[in-house]
Parts: sequence; C-alpha cells; structure tokens
Amino acid sequence: MTESLNGKGLALVPRAEGKQTLKDFKSDQEVRWCPGCGDYAILAAVQSFLPELGLRRENIVFVSGIGCSSRFPYYMNTYGFHSIHGRAPAIATGLAASRPDLSVWVITGDGDALSIGGNHLIHALRRNVNLNILLFNNRIYGLTKGQYSPTSEVGKITKSTPMGSLDKPFNPISLAIGAEAGFVARTIDSDRKHLQSVLREAAAHRGTSLVEIYQNCNIFNDGAFDALKEPETRDDITIRLEHGQPIVFGAGENERAVRPAPQGGVEVVRRSEVADDEILVHDAHRPDPSLAFALSRLDEPAFAHVPIGIFRSVDRPAYDVLMSEQLEQATADKGKGQLSDLLLGGDTWRIN
Amino acid sequence: MTKQVQQLDRVIIRFAGDSGDGMQLTGDRFTAETAKFGNDLSTLPNFPAEIRAPAGTLPGVSSFQLHFADHDILTPGDAPNVLVAMNPAALKANLGDLPRGADIIANTDEFTKRNLQKVGYAANPLEDDSLAEWRLHSVPLTSLTVKALEGFEISKKDAERAKNMFALGLLSWLYHRPTEATIKFLEAKFAKKPDIAKANVAAFQAGWNYGETTESFSVSYEIKPATLAPGVYRNISGNQALAYGLIAASVQSGLPLFLGSYPITPASDILHELSKHKRFGIRTFQAEDEIAGVGAAVGAAFGGALGVTTTSGPGVALKAETVGLAVATELPLVVVDVQRAGPSTGMPTKTEQTDLLMAMFGRNGESPVPIVAPATPSDCFDAAIEAARIALKYRTPVMLLSDGYLANGSEPWRVPEVSELPDISVEFTTEPNGEDGTTFLPFKRDPETLARAWAVPGTPGLEHRIGGIEKADGTGNISYDPNNHDRMVRLRQAKIDGIDVPPLEVDDPDGDARVLVLGWGSTYGPIAAAVRRVRKEGGKVAQAHLRHLNPLPANTGDVLRSYDKVLLPEINLGQLALLLRARFLVDVISYNRVRGLPFKAEELAGVIQDVINSD
Ligand SMILES: Cc1ncc(C[n+]2csc(CCOP(=O)(O)OP(=O)(O)O)c2C)c(N)n1
Ligand code: SF4
Ligand SMILES: [Mg+2]
Repeated sequence: MTESLNGKGLALVPRAEGKQTLKDFKSDQEVRWCPGCGDYAILAAVQSFLPELGLRRENIVFVSGIGCSSRFPYYMNTYGFHSIHGRAPAIATGLAASRPDLSVWVITGDGDALSIGGNHLIHALRRNVNLNILLFNNRIYGLTKGQYSPTSEVGKITKSTPMGSLDKPFNPISLAIGAEAGFVARTIDSDRKHLQSVLREAAAHRGTSLVEIYQNCNIFNDGAFDALKEPETRDDITIRLEHGQPIVFGAGENERAVRPAPQGGVEVVRRSEVADDEILVHDAHRPDPSLAFALSRLDEPAFAHVPIGIFRSVDRPAYDVLMSEQLEQATADKGKGQLSDLLLGGDTWRIN
Repeated sequence: MTKQVQQLDRVIIRFAGDSGDGMQLTGDRFTAETAKFGNDLSTLPNFPAEIRAPAGTLPGVSSFQLHFADHDILTPGDAPNVLVAMNPAALKANLGDLPRGADIIANTDEFTKRNLQKVGYAANPLEDDSLAEWRLHSVPLTSLTVKALEGFEISKKDAERAKNMFALGLLSWLYHRPTEATIKFLEAKFAKKPDIAKANVAAFQAGWNYGETTESFSVSYEIKPATLAPGVYRNISGNQALAYGLIAASVQSGLPLFLGSYPITPASDILHELSKHKRFGIRTFQAEDEIAGVGAAVGAAFGGALGVTTTSGPGVALKAETVGLAVATELPLVVVDVQRAGPSTGMPTKTEQTDLLMAMFGRNGESPVPIVAPATPSDCFDAAIEAARIALKYRTPVMLLSDGYLANGSEPWRVPEVSELPDISVEFTTEPNGEDGTTFLPFKRDPETLARAWAVPGTPGLEHRIGGIEKADGTGNISYDPNNHDRMVRLRQAKIDGIDVPPLEVDDPDGDARVLVLGWGSTYGPIAAAVRRVRKEGGKVAQAHLRHLNPLPANTGDVLRSYDKVLLPEINLGQLALLLRARFLVDVISYNRVRGLPFKAEELAGVIQDVINSD
C-alpha cells in the first residue's frame, strides 16, 4: 500500500461528482485583509486551483494558526479550523493522521511557522504526515502591526527594533530541507501560474509538502519582494527551478548558469563561461538533499539570486499511511480487539 | 521439625532494596500470588526518580509495600509488619516506619563494612543490639542463592541477581502463597534465556525450601481469602485501569481513540499501555512536546475521534492554551493529569493533589472545564469513561485528575461485564440545522445540554469554520459584538454548570454524626480506613467523597451545611477548601500534608478524633 501511494497525495480522498468552479470554494465571509495585501492574490489562486483537483469539497480542510495569513480558512467554503499561534501543524497532524480521507492544508505565516511554531513545523516535516503547508512569508509580523520576524533581514528597523534587528533570519527552504522534508518549494504571490503549478505538485505529493510563498505586506513591509517583481531586476535574479532542466537564468549578456562548485555546493557563473554539460541539471527527485540545500543558499547574500519552484520532491512513506498499516497489521495478527477479552486478560480469579 | 501455623487477618509487607535489586518485580509477583489466592490487597510502590542512583546509597532505595487481608481493605497500610531489607541502605531508609515488634528479614551478605559506611552505620546493626525491639531474621540471601545455583550454566553475577527470587520464595512460604503462577511467569519472562529462567525458578524454590527447613522461621502464617462481592477479579493499577477505561470509552462511544502524548512520569504508562492495543483502532501519537500532543488530539477530535491527551502537571501547564482552544471551539477532549509533586519538576515519582486549581482556573479568559477525579486505582477505569462521556455529550475538554499514588498503586478489581458499561455514543450532525433548511449552524445548541452541533469533515453540505476567535452564537461567524461575547461567556459557563453529575452520597451509618470528613481523589482509601477506625472506637463521623470537582454535585452545599464541622484532608495547601469556602461560605477545616506520600489511616483517624473532641 505504501509504495503505490507515492506521487498520489490525494489517492485516498473521495472525488467530487460534478465539475467544480472557483465559486464553490468561496465562503460567504467578507475578506478583511488590507487592500492591496498579497494574501488576496494567494486566496484567489487557491480558490481557482482547487476545482482542478476535483476533490469533494467536504473532504478538504484548511487549518491555520494565528496571523493575518491565518484568517485564510474563513474565506474558504471547505471545513476549516483557525487555531492558535504556531500550533496548526500539530493540530493538522492529529486530523490528517486519523483521517486519511481528507486533504489537509495548513496555512501559516513566517512568525507562526518559524517562531512560535518552529518546533511543530520541523517535526511535521520529518514525520511526513499527508499535509500541504503553505507558509505565507511576508518577512514581518503583520497582525501584531509590524515587528520584525524570523525571516526579516538583519538590521530591520521596526517598532520593536528601532536600531535594527540583530538576529540572522531563517531561510525557510534550507530549514525545511534540514528537517528532512520530502517536498520543498518556493513561489510568489504575484505569479499565479507559478503558484498554481507548485500547488499542483504539492498536492500530488503523499506526505508533508512545504510551500514557501513570498507574500507582500503592503502595510508593514511593502516591497519586500520587489526585486523579484520589477521588470528591470526580475529576470536577472529569479532562478526558475524545473526538474530535468539545466539551471540557467537571465537574458542576453546577463544570462547565467548554475554549476557544481569545485569545493562542493553550487555556484553562479556567466552562461558564456560554461560549457553546456557543465551546467547543473535540476533533479528534484534526488534522494540526497545536499544539492537542493546548496540551491537554497543561492539567495545569500540578500537576494543575490532567488530560486523559485520545487527544490525537492522525494517520496517516502507517509506517516498516516504507516500508522494505518500498523493498525491493520495488529488486527490481522490477533483479530479485532474485543473489550471483554481485554478486561479479562491477565491473571483473573473468580469469587462465588 | 513441624512448624507452627498462625492465623492472621491482615499483613503489611515492605520489600526494600537497591534500585537494581528488582524490588518492584518482587513486589509485583507477591501481589499477583496474593491476588490469585483471593485476599483483598492494596499496593504502594515507592521508587527514586533516578533510574539507577549510586548503588547502596539512601537515595537509591526502592521499595514496594503490599497490604493484604481476609477482609476488604482500603489502603496499602500505614506501617509494615515485615520489612525485607536487601542492604543497609534499605534498612536505614525504612526502619523509621517500622513499629516495634515487626519482623525484619535482612540480607546479611550486603552488610559489609563498605556498605555500612556508605549509609553512615558505625557498627553493623544486625550484630549490635540496636534492633532488639524488632524480630530480626538475618539471612545470607545472596550466598544462599549462589549456593543453590551451583552447577547452573550461569555467571556468578546472574546467580547473585536471582536473590530477589530467593527472597520471594521465602516470603511465599512464610505466607502460604500459591507458587505456580510465579514459576510460569519466570519461564515466560526469560523464555529467550532458558538458563536464566531455570536459575530464577530454582532460586525461588530454594527460598521456599529454606523457609521450610531453617530454624530462624518457626512460624508461618495463613491469611484466609477475603469475602468480596461475587465476580471475576484481577489486580489492576491506576494507570492500567485508566488506559482500559479510555479503550472502553472508545468502544462504548463508537469513536476511534486518538491519543496525543509526550512522555512524563507518572503518566507515561498510559501511553505505553494504549500503544499496545492498536487492534482496537487506537492511534497513539508520541508528539514532539505536550503542546503538540494536545493539539493533535484536538485536531483528531475535529475529525470525529475521541481525542485524548495524557500528562502530568508540567505538561498541563504547557497545554493550557490548547485546552482553551477546545473550550472556545467546543470540541470534546479528555485531558488526563496524573498529578505529581511540584512546583516545577518537583518530585516526579511522588504523589500530590496540587493541580486542582490549575485544572479549574489555569487558562486565560473565562474557560470553565469539568473535572473528574478517580478515588482508587480501579476507579480510574470508571472515571475515564465518565470523563469521556461528559466530553462527548457536552462537547468540552474534561480534566481527569489522577495522581502518582493511584497510577502506580494497585488493587483487586471486579471486572465489569461489557453490558454493564454505559452507552456514551453521540450523534454527529449530518443535515443542515438552520431554520431555512439549507444552512448549517455549528454553534446551534441542544436546548437541554447546551452542547453545540458537531459535524465532522467529510459531511457534505455542512462545511464550516471554527476557531479560537469569539464567534456569534449559532452561526459561529467571527463576532466582536460586546453583547454576543457576554452571552457566549455565560453560555459556556452555563453548559458546564449544567452537566449531569450524580448527587454527593454521604456514608453515615447511624445518621447522627455531627462531623463530616470530605475528600476528593486518591485520599478516599486513607480517609475511609480512618473513618472505620474512629467508628470502631465509638466515634461518630460521616464520610463523603467528591468524584466530580466541576461542576460539584447539586447537593454539595446542603451536605456541607448539615454538619457542625466539615473536615477536608488534602495533599495540598487547601485547594478544594478554597473553592468550597468561596462557593458555599462554609468554614471547612483543612488538614494538609504535602510530603509526596499518601495519608496514613492512623494519622487521619487521630485528626478526625481531634475534630470530634474539639467541642
Ligand atoms: C500565544 C500568542 N502569542 C502571541 C500572539 C500575538 N500574535 C498574533 S499573530 C503574531 C505574529 C504573526 O506573524 P506571522 O505569523 O508572520 O503572520 P502575518 O500576520 O504576518 O501573516 C503574533 C505575535 C498570539 N496570538 N498568541
Ligand atoms: S497587515 Fe500586511 S499582511 Fe496583514 S492584512 Fe495588512 S497587508 Fe496583509
Ligand atoms: Mg508574517
């Protein structure tokens, strides 16, 4: 059973009968993010993507923590659970592990996932329950009005860091790969097509998928990802990872390529300086995570080059499936549990 | 030499030795033999938190006390009649509890100069007159065992290790215990090492034979089986009973059990036990921490499982925010707190009743939670079913307050027929419940119980969102409306206040007592035993025991007010007393000791007598 589910993240989720549309996934609740917030674009992308999966709406659940992004479930006409700060991966783990017939999506922010909930996130990733975790990274605490977050750049001036923040940020992709994640991807709120293509692969992955979504908070951290959006800079720094394709980016005289570095890791070089067969061909399915990790480091320092797409997509048995198998195995070995046998087990004696 | 046989009505034995001496196993086996024989019994294991404290030292002493009788008994006993001391440390640590005239069986082989020095004995107490007031039996347990095992294909170390079985054999002879089960047990335990199995059986039998032939034991004792209510019995510890209760709750509710837990003493054994029973459809999840444990249980409950989390006080502290989430989302959840001595890490293997106020109030906002507390080890079974019943019927987290004493103590349990167990099944909502016939109102309430509608993912047409943000009653939509919040705060409280708990029963045989002793949780046994003693001496005292701490039984105030004095012993500084005074304006008299140990019946009998006399 375990093997056959690989690549079929939703094989156990019942399918809808009729055709679905975006409208089916819109709840009647008024959306209350600030006008211009990147969350709107992500919501619309998800709502218009879900019909494609063709799952029964009642078997889809969105679980979130706390933060602006975590309001997301209220706007989805599916089952939803807006929980507490940082704990969504834990709550979703209990749900998905006990209900393999559900498609469970976790919505979380950079503070929610990486600060207060960091422990749950890393354990969810290594455990590999069938979850899709969408991490809305706006590199700021939105809901609490603009403190720096664990993804803010060093020196960030905010209300809580008037002289600049001191701590080095997490790179969520590096963190996830280090935490044994099987599926790790990055996308961006403004590129719907790319976002949806990543969601498609994430949903197909059986196990925990982590999708980092760069999301603009136009109130407290506006323009954090402008370099990836402005036509002047966009193409020169964005590395679009595509499985099976040589990693090249930029155009004309700025065209560049990624190749294995002699001392280990990878490096960016001018396209004109490398032979075709020296260029690294992206292999998302490579079991060893070190190349994917090396790719995740290319944005150092500060957005020098930013890979987006699927860094890693490697199948391994999902926790929920393994857990169900143990239950089945125990039942096959000794039969279904009988309460009276259990209670009367052990040394007993009768008093008349 | 024919030996005298003396009849006794009850005996208290304490096995004490180094942590590595196998005293818990010895005690468990003696208990099993005693249960099989049909005595009533009660046990109290007492061990250090360290797995192996330095050998031969006082902190390394581990003991197991067993009280057994030909009549029904309520506690593991105050003071041992017999102490088995495997080394000087065990003697020194336990002598203070031993009344004059009690028997001491000491392993002379371990009373070496070095071992005596380790615990500060200047002279060997077995050889000077210092133990003259006790009946000392000096037995070279180690060397006798090694001698008995000469010719066995085992190392000297393994032979020495079997000394606990020699001691068990001797005690089994002394009290006429049946031996077949122990032999079978040893054969099964060491099935993969037949030589060790044979050696242990031989040591056990040698101990028995030693009793029969040696002159240092001239008398053996008979304790007739107890006359308990008819039925099938087994011996059970509180943690095992609690785990079985949760399994029974799963069967009787028809919901799969999901346990989210993080290991902690003294609760871990519930996780261990439940993880063995996967063929009941039980999912056990060892989480990364207590917060994830309860979070996963809440997530599973959202999906329609019986969500349970098990822990001790430090874990409850971590779970507080998530329990609040279950209060706000009105999802069923059972939170088991096996209380231990605090604050902070405190004394992990010692018992206390100090989490009552945390269970009651330890969350932000007005977040009332029902509390159930078992009274005895076997009562943990029924209390677990009751906690699940309340959780499911009222869609609320429930605190189940066990403690270290109940968890590890054991007693015979009349095994119930499955047909005697309550039906605690619930119905999920499967159809729209709005007036218009098409909408679903997740917070529409049952007018009688105030429980909200519970629809689980997978139910078509009832898609809805819940969360910790305040919600409008009925629709469940986010609401910051002041009046709605006030209404919801009161509704959540009214729901808990209205839970159907049975009335408080009072035991007052003559009906004219003026003093009531009230207790809750694990103090039941010592209080009831103390009450018996007082009554035997002609004292008049009534007894009542609270199993539901929130809500309290409806007649609690009336009961309290109908006595001149209410005495409330607690292993805390008066937590229930605080609640009762606030609620009923009754000036209960607290008796508090927080030593990490259960009360002794004699101690409480004295306290009760003092209260009766203090007019
Ligand atoms: C236990 C707890 N601590 C603190 C908060 C306050 N709080 C709410 S959201 C948040 C940070 C949100 O940041 P992020 O996760 O990045 O989400 P965003 O609002 O940016 O989408 C904080 C600190 C809380 N709700 N609960
Ligand atoms: S504060 Fe920022 S993240 Fe939050 S809703 Fe407004 S724009 Fe979006
Ligand atoms: Mg943020």
